[in-house]
Amino acid sequence: MTRRIPLLLGLLIVGFLALCAVVPQWLAPYDPLVFDFMALQAPPSPAHLFGTDQFGRDVLSRTISAAGIDLMIAFCGVVFPLLIGAAIGLITGWYGGWIDAVFGRLMDLVATFPFLVLVITFVAVLGPGLVNMFIALACVGWVSYARLMRGEVLVQKSADYVAAARVLGYSPARIVLRHILPNAVRPVLAFAVTDMALVILLGSSLGYLGMGAQPPMPEWGVLIADGKNFMTTAPWISLAPGVMIVLAGLGFSLAGDGLSDLLDVKR
Amino acid sequence: MTALLEVEGLSKRFTGRRSFADMLARRPAPVVRALEDVSLDIRRGETLGIVGESGCGKSTLARCLVHLHNADAGTIRLDGLPMEGMDSAAREKFSRRVQMVFQDPYGSLNPRMTVGQTLAEVLAVHRIVPPAQIAARVDELLDLVHLPRDAAARYPYEFSGGQRQRIGIARALAMQPDVIIADEPVSALDVSVQAQVVNLFLELQSRLGLTLVFITHDLRLVRHLTHRVAVMYLGRIVELGPTEQLFDAPRHPYTQALLRAVPQLTPGRRSDEAAVMGELPSPLNPPTGCAFHPRCPLAQARCSVERPEMREVGWPVACHFA
Repeated sequence: MTRRIPLLLGLLIVGFLALCAVVPQWLAPYDPLVFDFMALQAPPSPAHLFGTDQFGRDVLSRTISAAGIDLMIAFCGVVFPLLIGAAIGLITGWYGGWIDAVFGRLMDLVATFPFLVLVITFVAVLGPGLVNMFIALACVGWVSYARLMRGEVLVQKSADYVAAARVLGYSPARIVLRHILPNAVRPVLAFAVTDMALVILLGSSLGYLGMGAQPPMPEWGVLIADGKNFMTTAPWISLAPGVMIVLAGLGFSLAGDGLSDLLDVKR
Repeated sequence: MTALLEVEGLSKRFTGRRSFADMLARRPAPVVRALEDVSLDIRRGETLGIVGESGCGKSTLARCLVHLHNADAGTIRLDGLPMEGMDSAAREKFSRRVQMVFQDPYGSLNPRMTVGQTLAEVLAVHRIVPPAQIAARVDELLDLVHLPRDAAARYPYEFSGGQRQRIGIARALAMQPDVIIADEPVSALDVSVQAQVVNLFLELQSRLGLTLVFITHDLRLVRHLTHRVAVMYLGRIVELGPTEQLFDAPRHPYTQALLRAVPQLTPGRRSDEAAVMGELPSPLNPPTGCAFHPRCPLAQARCSVERPEMREVGWPVACHFA
C-alpha cells in the first residue's frame, strides 16, 4: 500500500487540476477577466489570496481558469506524438529491414537536437500559436514514443504466444493489432502520463516566450509573462501560475511513475 | 501404417552477424548448421519421439514442421503433398492440420487475453464452428484437457504452469489438427505435473486419433510415451527406430551413451563412468566425417573422414560400425 502513495498523490493532484479545468467557476473566487481599478497590483491578502495583477484581476482566479488551456496542451501535446510514434514504432519493430533502418536514422537525427530548441525552431518557421505548437510537438515528440514502442514490439515479437499465433495461421494484421499491440502499449501509456509533465513545462515556456498560447488566453506561461515587468514591485503576479506549473509537473510525474510501477508488478 | 507427414533432406542454417574482426580477417559470417539433411516420416496415429542434447536441432526441426522457420533445403509433405509452392489457401489448410504445443507455458499464451478469448479466437478466425456454437465448443475444449469451465473467464497468470500447458494444448486442439508437434512440452514443469500432462497427451491421442511428435531430452518420457524415436546429434538424425527395441539394443554409439546417461535410482546400478566423453562440439564448426567421432569410443580413422550414411540395421542407423 505504501508503494501506491506516490501514484495516489499524483492522481490527486491531476484530479484537482482536472476539476479546475472543468468547473473553474466553482473554485475561482472572482471572474478572471473583470478589472478592479480599486485594487491594482494588490499584494496577497484575505480578499485576494495571490494578489491582483496590473489591471486588478484576481491572480488566483486567472490561474485556475488557465488550467483548462494547460491541460488541453498537455493532452494534445502528448496524444499526437503518441499516436504517430506508436504507429511508427509498431511498423518498424514488426517489419524491421529497410523501413526500420530509414526510420531509425530519422529518429537519430531528430534526437540529435535538443528537444526544446527543435520545437522552437518549428514554431518559429510555422508561426506562433497553439495549433502550430502542437504540430511542432508532434514533429519532434514522436521519436521517444516510436523508440519505446519499437523496443516493446521487438520483445513481444519473440515471445512464444506470437509464434503460436503464426502457427494458428492468423493474419499479420491480427497478430500485430490484437496480440502485440495490447502487450506492448502499456509502458508507452505510462510514459505518456510522465510526458504530460514535460509538455506542460514546454507549453508554458513557449507561452512565456509568446510562441504558444497568445496573450488574451489565460495560460500559465502567458500569466507568468504578464508579471515579468513587475517582478520587483509585484512578484505575486507570477507566483500563482508558477506554483501551478510546479504542481502540474509534480502531479503528472508522480502519476506516471506510479503507473509504470503498477504495470510492472503484473508482468 | 502410412506416412502422414514426410520430411526429406531438410536443412536449415542460421547465419550469424559478421563481426568487424571477421571482415578484417576476410572470414565469412558464422553459420550454424541447425539441421543437416534430416529425413523422417511420421505415421498416422503414432507418437514419434525426437531426442538429443540441447542444441542438436530438435526445436529447429519442430519449428520447420510448423513453418515458423523456412527450411533452406528439403521438402515437407503432408499426405504426399509437398509444402513448397503451395498457394496461401493450401498453406492455411496445412497450418490447420499441423499444430504446435510450446515449451514455455508462461510465454506461449497471450497475457492480455482470457483463456476463453484465446480459444474462441481460433474458432472464430478459422470458422471452425458457427459463431453461435463457439461458447459451447470452448467448454468442450476445456473439458477435453480437464480444466474447469469457469477457466474461460480467467487470465493466464491465474493458472499454474501445468494448467497453462493444458490451455496451450486446448488451443492447438481447437484447430482440430491431425498432427501435434510438442516441443519439450513438459520440461518447464515440476515432475509431479509432468506426469499429468504426459498422460493427457496419451489420453488425447487415443481418444482423438492424434499423431504426435514429442520433442524432449528426457529419455524416460520417450520410453513411456512414444512408439518410435529419432535420435538427433548436431543437426542430423543418427538413429530412428521402434522405441522398445531401440531402448533394449541401441545401435548407434551416441544412443548407447545417451541411454547410459539416464540417472539410475537403484544404488547398485549407479555408475560414475562418464557416459559420453567431452563436450558437445560447436555447431558453428562441426567435426568432419561422422560428427560424433571426437566423442565416440568406437571411432576409427575412417570416421573422421567419411560421413556414415543411414543404413538399415534392423532400423536406420548412421554409423559405420553399428
